Amino acid sequence: MKFITIDKKDWTQGIDKSRKTYQLFGPVTDENGCKIKELDADVAPDMDYHESVMSAKSVLFPQSETILTTSLNEAVDDHHIMKRAENTYTPRAILGIRPYDAKAILLVKLNFDTDDYRDPYWCDAYEATTLVGLGITKPGPFDFSTSVGCGPFCEEGLDILLADLDDHYLAKVLTPKGEAYAAACGFDAAADDKESQALFDILQLEAEKNITSRVETDKLKDKVLLDLHEAPFWDDIAFACINCGTCTYVCPTCWCFDIQDEVKQKQSSRFRNWDTCMSPLFTRHATGHNPRGAKVQRVRQRFMHKLKYFLDKYDQGIMCVGCGRCVKSCPVNIDIRQVAHTMNTFEKKD
Amino acid sequence: MDTCIKKIRELAADLLDKGEVERVIGFAKGTIPMATSPIAIGSKQEIEKLVFNSTCGLNLANFARNLKGKTAIIAKGCDSRNIVTHIVENQIKRDQIYIIGVPCTGMVDKFKIASRFKDEITQFEEAGDTLTVSSLSETKELKKQDYLRENCSLCTHRNPVLYDVLAAELVEEQVLENPFPDVDRIEALDPDAKWQHFSDLTKNCIRCYACRNACPLCYCPTCFVDEAGPQWVGKGQNKTDVDTFHFLRAYHCAGRCTDCGACVEACPMGINVRDFTRKLNKDALELFGWEAGLDITKRPPLDTYSPDDPNDFIK
Amino acid sequence: MENPYLPYPVRIDDIQIATEDKSLKTFKFVFLNEGDEEKFAYHAGQFAELSIPGVGEIPIGIASSPVEKGFVKFTVFRAGVVTSHLHNMKIGDIMGIRGPLGNWYPWDKLENKNVVIIGGGFAFTTLRSSIVYMLDPANRSKFKNIDVVYGARSPGMLLYREELFEWERRDDINMHITVDGTDDPDWKYHTGFVPQVVEQNAPKADEDTYAIICGPPIMIKFTQPSLTQLGYKPHQIIMSLENRMKCGIGMCGRCNIGKELVCKDGPVFTLDQINQTPKEY
Repeated sequence: MKFITIDKKDWTQGIDKSRKTYQLFGPVTDENGCKIKELDADVAPDMDYHESVMSAKSVLFPQSETILTTSLNEAVDDHHIMKRAENTYTPRAILGIRPYDAKAILLVKLNFDTDDYRDPYWCDAYEATTLVGLGITKPGPFDFSTSVGCGPFCEEGLDILLADLDDHYLAKVLTPKGEAYAAACGFDAAADDKESQALFDILQLEAEKNITSRVETDKLKDKVLLDLHEAPFWDDIAFACINCGTCTYVCPTCWCFDIQDEVKQKQSSRFRNWDTCMSPLFTRHATGHNPRGAKVQRVRQRFMHKLKYFLDKYDQGIMCVGCGRCVKSCPVNIDIRQVAHTMNTFEKKD
Repeated sequence: MDTCIKKIRELAADLLDKGEVERVIGFAKGTIPMATSPIAIGSKQEIEKLVFNSTCGLNLANFARNLKGKTAIIAKGCDSRNIVTHIVENQIKRDQIYIIGVPCTGMVDKFKIASRFKDEITQFEEAGDTLTVSSLSETKELKKQDYLRENCSLCTHRNPVLYDVLAAELVEEQVLENPFPDVDRIEALDPDAKWQHFSDLTKNCIRCYACRNACPLCYCPTCFVDEAGPQWVGKGQNKTDVDTFHFLRAYHCAGRCTDCGACVEACPMGINVRDFTRKLNKDALELFGWEAGLDITKRPPLDTYSPDDPNDFIK
Repeated sequence: MENPYLPYPVRIDDIQIATEDKSLKTFKFVFLNEGDEEKFAYHAGQFAELSIPGVGEIPIGIASSPVEKGFVKFTVFRAGVVTSHLHNMKIGDIMGIRGPLGNWYPWDKLENKNVVIIGGGFAFTTLRSSIVYMLDPANRSKFKNIDVVYGARSPGMLLYREELFEWERRDDINMHITVDGTDDPDWKYHTGFVPQVVEQNAPKADEDTYAIICGPPIMIKFTQPSLTQLGYKPHQIIMSLENRMKCGIGMCGRCNIGKELVCKDGPVFTLDQINQTPKEY
């Protein structure tokens, strides 16, 4: 672990130097708000951004990604033999990623990298990606990351953590990947270890004090799964829901996907797209039978998955990093913090 | 407009108390600034949950179908027109819905207000025409008139067209010389610029379908984008597929859209989804003299044939 | 690790119409690449994703048995886009198979036990795999009594008819074949719904008896009480569930029932395990 001081005047030059070996991604602000996008050659990341509408998950997990290609041309030798799509996973860096988005990537990794199977697309992208995080000194009103095991200066999942100190950044290099990236930028002005860590500690404490949104989720682990499932409050929660995919798509820890095949002339591609458990078709069988055909079942599924099933299955906390995007973007203002509170305080009446 | 909430609550409590309706559909206070959440109240004990203000931007007619028993619903001008459309299209029966009409002076554009601040909005209050909005670092007083949603600033049906009771006095309707200045602006572009305009419009679309699901007109059991056998539209982020969804949905709403703006309100990416339907609304007015949802006895023009229908496109 | 989304290329070697109304066909596949068949080594009870480029994939129970070498067999019902396309394919066509996926019937637990197999309609595929496995000379002595109750709408709708009648003639397995109804005067087996036939013919439960049940939700719903009446406890009733699937490897999140993923934690569950999940299947 080491600390580096980066004068803001040197920042753009440094990251441009890293473009020789890294593809860069970062927050880009336009008239519609801020998104994490690929940074074109002349575009610098907006390091003063507050929140991005969409999370950084699309860098590792694009909304549409080709996974297999096949030639259907019977004149060709290997027709109808499916092959892995030729996507490249050259080194890339996400600059200015928020700590909650980095922690979310670790939670998503539990899904894509298991003992039995390894999703090569997500995992190859993950291994090629360096996460340069930016601590949040002024957390927004929707940020409840400290209630769910994360926080504005949480280091989990990051390769470098930057603290914005007005005219310079103080960088805490956390992993060999982070070291490699700092070297590629030519950032090498070492800062004193003890002083720097002390500064980070203060910044973290201050930032956490500024978090105004808190949720209690401590009792969820002990609640009986079926009791929560059969609880009477789901109908009320579900009424307003319009079953769009907004919450699932803006959420950094949601990973559900669909697999589709398309054909153009004699070439076929199989690709995967983000999908949402909110969609009525998500669980519909070919026979027409649909285990979650009613809206309330789908709403319940989403919250039970995030706040109970994932918790019970992996024992790594709930499937939420407190970024607050779903709270902000939900068209009908269904608030996961309220639902978590309702579930956390639920007592079954006999 | 926020003062009529007392009357709304009174009327709603009365209906529930007398058992005249199973539920009242209205808006509840949001958990974050500038937000409200559709709610169905079943008893008069819950009456205090109902609110009504300039951030009630969704269309409650979207929630009025497939309910058992009689339902009371809070309806602004545009909402009431969609209820008329539901009745005309046999989605609800007139005697199954009790309309509490609310004359409306417009809803605010949340994105426009947010863009005035450099950090997150933490508080929103309104008193008459004045909005007091605070963020983490500053407070501003804004005039509601300057921050109306585009469809509200061009609205000519603020009063409910069909109602069982009114919760406030009728308001004066706007008389606009040109009700479609936004369409004119786009029509004036040359074809390449027009194409670019619509291309840019959908560039941030994530196909969450919030626009479709918030729209009261979109009630098909299986939407054309969800069909698999045959599959009409790809489900990925291919631009042609994304654009097809928006263009085709607009055509399905042609002659039925009341410009309520729920689509824009719901979109998490701030896309002005109305740009797709506005031209069709203009055409409906100019070709057929038609505005949707004004009369429960008339069927929409794309639904009916008359020998007088304009046919100068037949050469 | 290998790419779990990449199927093994296979060729359709044979197609048989499996039921009189032609809604089911049995496909026999051979692997194109040497060595793939070994990699595909499976247990009775597992499923695989049949993968057609440009069309899609379907999760189907493996009907052939691990003791049958040189090919794999699947019996597919024509229900939607992919199954319809598959039904129209020809011998010699190339496609893919991903798998084997899911867990399997608990063969180690079933050793030295009596096994009662109950199937309905076209859910008999993995049960065929199981019966062929158990009856194989190398395995038969591992199990005690084997009873099979299998019912379909009519004689022409029974799967693997020739094999059923062959097994009926054996004395190391008790077959109780039934149909809902038939006009065939020569029908020598039972007539009646599966739950009744189970009640009347299945052995009573004891510590050493397990029931494997596979069928449409409605059949399972009415057969469960019959088994309970005969004394079977939830941990002795083994079921194979279905659900809408896409990836088949526990990643796309679609097939969950509570926190169990049918493609990975299942599709085989005991009734005991299912009673602890939400009823969303």
